[in-house]
Order: sequence, then structure tokens, then C-alpha cells
Amino acid sequence: MLAQIQYRASGVIWMIGSIIEPVIFLVVWSRVARARGGEVGGYAENEFAAYYIVLMLVNHVTFTWIMHVFQSRIQFGQLSFQLMRPVHPIHEDLSDNVAYKIVQLTVMLPAVIILILIFQPKFNFEMWSLLLAVPAIILALAVRFTLEWTLALVAFWTTRVNAINQSYFAIIMFFSGRVAPMALLPVTIQSIASALPFYYMIAFPVELLLGKLTPAQALTNIVIQLGWLAFALMLLVSLWKVAVKQYSAVGN
Amino acid sequence: MVAAVLADGLHKTYQVPVRGAGIQAALKSLVHRETEAVQAVKNVNLEIAEGEVVGFLGPNGAGKTTTIKMLTGLLHPTTGIAQVFGYQPAKREHQFLMQITLVMGQRNQLLWDIPVIDSFDRNRVIYKVSKTDYEKTLDELVALLDLDSLLHKPVRNLSLGERMKCEIAVALLHRPRMLFLDEPTIGLDVTMQRKLREFITQYNQQTGATVLLTSHYMADVQALCKRVIVIHHGSILFDGYLDHLVQRFTAHKTISIKLSDPLVDLSGYGELITRSEEQAAFRIPNREAANFTSRLLRDLDIVDLTVEDPPIEEIIESVFNQSA
Repeated sequence: MLAQIQYRASGVIWMIGSIIEPVIFLVVWSRVARARGGEVGGYAENEFAAYYIVLMLVNHVTFTWIMHVFQSRIQFGQLSFQLMRPVHPIHEDLSDNVAYKIVQLTVMLPAVIILILIFQPKFNFEMWSLLLAVPAIILALAVRFTLEWTLALVAFWTTRVNAINQSYFAIIMFFSGRVAPMALLPVTIQSIASALPFYYMIAFPVELLLGKLTPAQALTNIVIQLGWLAFALMLLVSLWKVAVKQYSAVGN
Repeated sequence: MVAAVLADGLHKTYQVPVRGAGIQAALKSLVHRETEAVQAVKNVNLEIAEGEVVGFLGPNGAGKTTTIKMLTGLLHPTTGIAQVFGYQPAKREHQFLMQITLVMGQRNQLLWDIPVIDSFDRNRVIYKVSKTDYEKTLDELVALLDLDSLLHKPVRNLSLGERMKCEIAVALLHRPRMLFLDEPTIGLDVTMQRKLREFITQYNQQTGATVLLTSHYMADVQALCKRVIVIHHGSILFDGYLDHLVQRFTAHKTISIKLSDPLVDLSGYGELITRSEEQAAFRIPNREAANFTSRLLRDLDIVDLTVEDPPIEEIIESVFNQSA
């Protein structure tokens, strides 16, 4: 937590990045909606604004940077010290992650307010969906965190993790509803997306909050999230065992 | 009683990728990667009793760090057994990790951006140290290592020596029973090195902790360790008292004399290393040292006479050279 407060300026600069991306898509899709007579794929112009503002928040809560840092952690021997402690290194990452998010809310919330004032989004909040969104967002974070932490373990076998990371970021960008809401994608893509975990890491809580889902759909998706979480945890535990075993503590 | 540290037939073989120089070799390695087995540690056997302070010596690449990594659980042995307090290190059991510490020169487990004291506090939580024990240990460490002025500075603002002191302190906050110290005095000035040695001695006496220490500063080893283990090319060359090492590997003694008559002729006595007017020093094989001394005393009018072993650095070097 303390480490997150230390660099105020860099915190703000990082946040600008995570705000600009959804704003670009927001502007593009609002224009498209206006050109098409006010609606695309069931989203009106001001609903795109709502979609991307909520997505920005959900993405803020669920994103991780573990895949960027794991390699250097192995390369420079930092992991050795983490392994010497009587706690699993994932604890440190999780607390760092949560701490960063809480601290960065101070930038995120004003940004949300400004975007609301500029783009006049239309929210259809309902009590039940707001309530269900709490576990949905927590599970989205849990699934994304566990899965990306597991993927980061690839660094134990190859020092060139960048290629793998880039492919992953492209896939998650597309299948998580960040490029476009799921409803705008071809049906085949939609069914592929529903078989993959990425939709449940970002777009699902967004759609839930915007009132695009029925209670039954929402509950089903939460069960699917739980399934992905169990799968990711199992993968993490078994892969971690193998990874540590073959770790040769390089860089020291 | 269970030994603090036990290694039985410990081997570690690394598979290292090898590739010749030039484009042809680079292209070939795309298709077929060649690896070479490097034996870093070969059949290491050692036993350290609880409370011992043991120096672990060897030139760069001798296998010291690899052995320490196997004993701390960072590396899995290729074959053989490693045990610390009866635990198998590679399993990294909670109870095992709670009782040991590892200090590796220049590596940091302090959080870079925040004040030192916050990193200390984090370790207090991780190792479940009670507030009272923590305060007590912290006070001792602060006093012994002069940390007072450093605690509230961010780690990145500390000098290397200051950081090393804090690294050592943070590694000891949980009062480990077993200390693996890999070059702990690196980067410290002479005064600080001495203080740290005193501190390690004191810690060992007070807590009965076991210490395995590597250092390139022989002064560390001389001050701290009665027993040394010398490793070279992955195998143990010597395991025993430091005194015995000196006896075994030094063929010569340095005998220095002070004469009352500066003009006396010293030729024919033995290998003369230095000679000024009334001072002289000889290099004499161990076996002849006693006879030589009595001969000198009989023949010459001597004001002062000392018999010394060569400096420990020289001895260690000769150990490595003999086995090369």
C-alpha cells in the first residue's frame, strides 16, 4: 500500500493511459450510432457512453500487471527472497494490486465525473443488478488475477515472455468487450467468447450493471465465473509446484 | 540430536545451453539446441551442529552459492540429501522457512520506495513476531548496527553500506535459528565490517543460532569461524578447524628477528626475505623452524624474535592452487 502512494506523478500518468483507451472507443462508437440513426446493436449513443464509463471502472478494478513484472523478478533474483519467506508470493501481489486500485480511485473517480458531464451517459441501474454486480466484479478480479498470475509463470521456462504477453493482450482486448460490446460482434465470435474466460473478467459485470442481462443470465454467468476461478486456481497450484521445482534461481 | 545442517552426497548438475560463435552456430541452434551438463556441486557431505559458526570458503564458481541454495530450498538437489533441522529444504515447509534466514550480498528484500521501517514492519507481520519481541529485537539491531538515522528514509536513498546494514537487520527480525550469510560484509567499510562481525558473534552466543557464512574477506572468517569448509570445483577439499587448515596447507613460517649488531652476516642461515640494518625475516620450512630458531638464538645476539604463519589469504590461495 505504502509503495503505491510513493510515486504520485507516475500514478497519474498510468491512469491517463487507462482512461484514454475507453474514451477513444466511446467516441468512435457514439459517432457510429449517430450515423446509423441513433443505435447500433441495441446500444444508443448515450448508452455507449454508459458502457465505456462503467467498463473503465470495471477494468480498473480487475486489471493486473503481473505478466509484465514476473520475468524481471526471476531474472534479477528477487523471487529468491520471496521464496525464502513463509508466505506464498501471490499474497504480496494481491495486496499490491488492491492497494494500487484503492489509491488510484482518487484519479479514477474525478475522471468518471468529468466523463459523465461531457458524454451524458444513460444509466439503467436496478437494485438487483447493482447488488449482483458486487460479487460479479469481485469474481471478475479473482478470475483475471489468478489466470494472469498463472500465465505469468511462463517466465520460468522462457525469458522471452513478451511475445506471449502481446498475444494474450490482443485476445483479451477483443474477447472481453473492450473493443466493442459483445452484442455488436458476429454470433460466432459471441459464442466463442462465451466459451472463453475473458468476457467474465470485464464485459459481464459491465452488462450486468447496465441492465442488459436478465437475473437468470446474471446468475448463470456468476456460476460460470466460479467455474473459471476453480479451474484457474487448480492450474495455478499445479503449475506453481512444477515451476518452483525447476527454478534454478538464475541471476544470482 | 538432529544436526542443524546435514548434506549427504549432495550433487547439483545444471544443463547449460552452449553455442559456438558466429552466424552458422546461431542458425544451427535454431534447429538443434545443444546443452552441456555442468556439475556445480559434486558429492558434498557436511554436518553442522546447532550453534556452530562455520566459514564456507572457495573461489568464485566453486559451488558455495549453489550449495547454500540447496540448503535454503531455492534449488532442488540433482541427487543426494539436504537437511536443515531435519527439514528437507526444497519442500519449503512453513516451519522450516520460519526458522531460517538468507542474506545474499547486494540483494534486497527491502521495499525500494518506502522507508526502511515499513519493510521491517512487513516482515514482523509475515513472520508473526509479537509486538514486544519485535520492539526488543529492533532496539538491539538499531543499537548494534547504528540504524537510528536510516529507519525513516526510503531505501532508494540509502548508500550501499547503509542498505546492507538494513538488509541484515530485516533478515534477523524474526530471530532465525539458522543464518545463511552469503557475503554479508560486502560493501561495508572496515568499521562496519568489524561491528557486523561482533554482532554475528553476539547473536550466535545469545541465541545459540547456527551460522554458515561465505566471505571473501578472510578477516570475517578468522574473527567468526573456528571451523571452515573449503570447496573447490564443486567438491569439499577441507573441513575442519581453521588452525588445522593453516597447519596443513602452509609449508613455511616467517621468522623475523631484530639484531643488536646491524652488520652481522646472515648468509647461510636460510631463505632471507627482507633485510634492513637490524631487522631481518626468513622463510623457513615448518619442519625446520624449531631447529632454525635455536640455531639463530645460539649464534647471534638477538633482541627480538617472532614466528608467524603467512597471512590467511596466502594460505587459502595456496589451497586452491594445489588442487587446481
